[in-house]
Amino acid sequence: MASPGYHDLQEGAEIAPRQYQVTRRDLVRYAGASGDFNVIHWNERIATSVGLPDVIAHGMLTMALAGRFLTEWAGDPGAVTEFGVRFSAPVVVPDDDKGAQVEVAGVVTGKLDGNRVTVDLTARSGDAKVLTRAHAVVRLPAVPAQGDDPLEPP
Amino acid sequence: MAINPEYAGRTFEPSEPYEVSRVKIAEFATAIGDASPLCRDRAAAQAAGYPDVIAPPTFAIVVLAGGNARLMADPGLGVNYAMVVHGEQSFTHSRPLHAGDVVTAQATIESIKQIRSMTTMATVTEIRTTAGEHVCTARSTLVERGA
Repeated sequence: MASPGYHDLQEGAEIAPRQYQVTRRDLVRYAGASGDFNVIHWNERIATSVGLPDVIAHGMLTMALAGRFLTEWAGDPGAVTEFGVRFSAPVVVPDDDKGAQVEVAGVVTGKLDGNRVTVDLTARSGDAKVLTRAHAVVRLPAVPAQGDDPLEPP
Repeated sequence: MAINPEYAGRTFEPSEPYEVSRVKIAEFATAIGDASPLCRDRAAAQAAGYPDVIAPPTFAIVVLAGGNARLMADPGLGVNYAMVVHGEQSFTHSRPLHAGDVVTAQATIESIKQIRSMTTMATVTEIRTTAGEHVCTARSTLVERGA
């Protein structure tokens, strides 16, 4: 995915959806990296005992994937200056090798000064909207970045 | 036990200083699947105009979690952690966090509201360098579901 340039980008432009896989292994890794060891993110016995369908992903991991969607689009992990979400449904992560799928998509809703744009995001897992009111401000290069993008998946 | 509404409006002491390290940024980037060299390679980050490797935007939660640990563990606040889910989160960055930053997080509980069997607690946390430079304002809403 080549970074878009601010100047040529139109309001209403869609950002191509991407799929992210979230497995139990990813939850363990995220728990360690973030320091959030809440048992509902790794212990099925306790998760179900408090009324959840199964172990659920950290909301912050879902938000991080949506953030990655934006920073990979912009080509810079520092490009997202404002980012807010509401966690509207949990990402339920079964104990299998597939885990859960999260699909993130976005649309450019406005152009600001300083080569910044506003973006609205959607994130779904199965039939559930897992993020709502997901808005961001992203700073873009003035013109499209040149060369191969190392982040492009094979 | 539900969250104690008397804590609304309370501002906590700033957290102990947290030093952002390259290793932690790389670990966090790996955990979220972010392959950017700007999170790992100092020369690449500097070529992009940053002083050192930079953190992805939601890395601020690591600083926040450390800073808010004291708040969440306050027995007077009465949070039942297993019943808590994250309702909303936002970050407004003056700039990305980068390796070498030494920052504190100072939390204020803006509101505690009872909605049917649920209690919501909204906090705003300011992340600043120990020199006083604003880096990020984070707003969080936690939801404690009724038993």
